Amino acid sequence: MYSLDNIDKQILNRIQSNFPTDAKPFSKIADDLNLSSDIVIKRILRMKENNIIRRIGGNFSPGKIGYESTLCAAKVPAKEIESFAEVVNSYSGVTHNYVREHDYNVWFTFIAQSTETIDKYLKEISSKTGINNILNLPATNLFKISALFKV
Amino acid sequence: MTTKQTTHLLTQLEKQVIISLQGDIPVIERPYLKLAQDIGITEKEFLKVMNDLNDQGLIRRFGATLKHQNSGFNANAMVAWIVDEKIAIETGKIMASFDEVSHCYRRNPVPGWDYNLYTMVHALDEKECYAIVKKISTTVNIDKYAILFSKKELKKTSMKYFV
Repeated sequence: MYSLDNIDKQILNRIQSNFPTDAKPFSKIADDLNLSSDIVIKRILRMKENNIIRRIGGNFSPGKIGYESTLCAAKVPAKEIESFAEVVNSYSGVTHNYVREHDYNVWFTFIAQSTETIDKYLKEISSKTGINNILNLPATNLFKISALFKV
Repeated sequence: MTTKQTTHLLTQLEKQVIISLQGDIPVIERPYLKLAQDIGITEKEFLKVMNDLNDQGLIRRFGATLKHQNSGFNANAMVAWIVDEKIAIETGKIMASFDEVSHCYRRNPVPGWDYNLYTMVHALDEKECYAIVKKISTTVNIDKYAILFSKKELKKTSMKYFV
C-alpha cells in the first residue's frame, strides 16, 4: 500500500476544505505550503491514482439548493442484503449505504427534491424487496458535518 | 442550526456551475478555465458564480474527499443516543465539539426507535471507538446509546444534483 510522506500529508491537510477558488488553485496551495505547483499537482495525481483521494470538488448543502435529505434504516436478513442493496443503490439519491452491526443492519442516506419523493421511493423499495418498516429519519438539527481527516 | 432553510432560487448558470463542481475537478494549472470552457462561459464568469455560491454558504465544503479506509481510519461507528429532549440541543452541541466526531445530528424518534441524537465516530480501530464513545458518554452524562459499527460499505458516492 502507498505510504504517505510528509509532503503528501501537508497537502492532504490543506486540500480537504477551503480549496482555493481563484484561477490557479494549485499555485495557491503551493504558495501556502512553500512548494512548487508542479510538485503539488504531481503529488495530488499520485494520491488519486493510489486511491487516497477519492475526488476533489464541491459538496453542497442539499437544503440550501432545494433538496431534502434523510437517513433510512432497514432490518434485512443476512442472505438478502446483497439483493436489497442492489435495489436501494439503484436510486441516484442514495449516496451512502452501509451494513452496520445491529438489528437495523442496513443504513442508507437518501436525497431527493421533496419528502414526498423520498416516501414514494421507500414504498417502491419495500414493494420490490419485501422489506417493510424502513425507518425514515430526517435530521431536524445539524450540529456538525465535517469529513476532514487530519493525516 | 436547524435543517429547515430558505431555498435559494438558483439560476440556470448557477445550476450549471454546481453540476461542474460536484464531480471531480481536473488537476491542472487552471481547472476552472477548463470547467468554464466545457459549459461555454469565460473563466472570469465561472469564478464569479462559484465564489458567489461559496459566499452564500451553498457549498458546504470544497476540497478533497479521502478514501478513509486508505488513510488510517479503519473503524467508523454511528452512535445513536437517547437524550431527554429538554437538553437535546445543548447535548448535541457538546458532542459535536469532540474532534473524533465528524457528524452530529438530531433526528425525531419514531415508534420502535427511540434514539434522537446521532454521532459519527472515526478511529484507528474498534477499541479506540469504544474509548471515544465512553469519553463522550461520561462528558454529557448520557448512558443510553447504541454503537453501530460499519461492517461493509455498500455504496458511497457524492450526490449529483440537477441531472
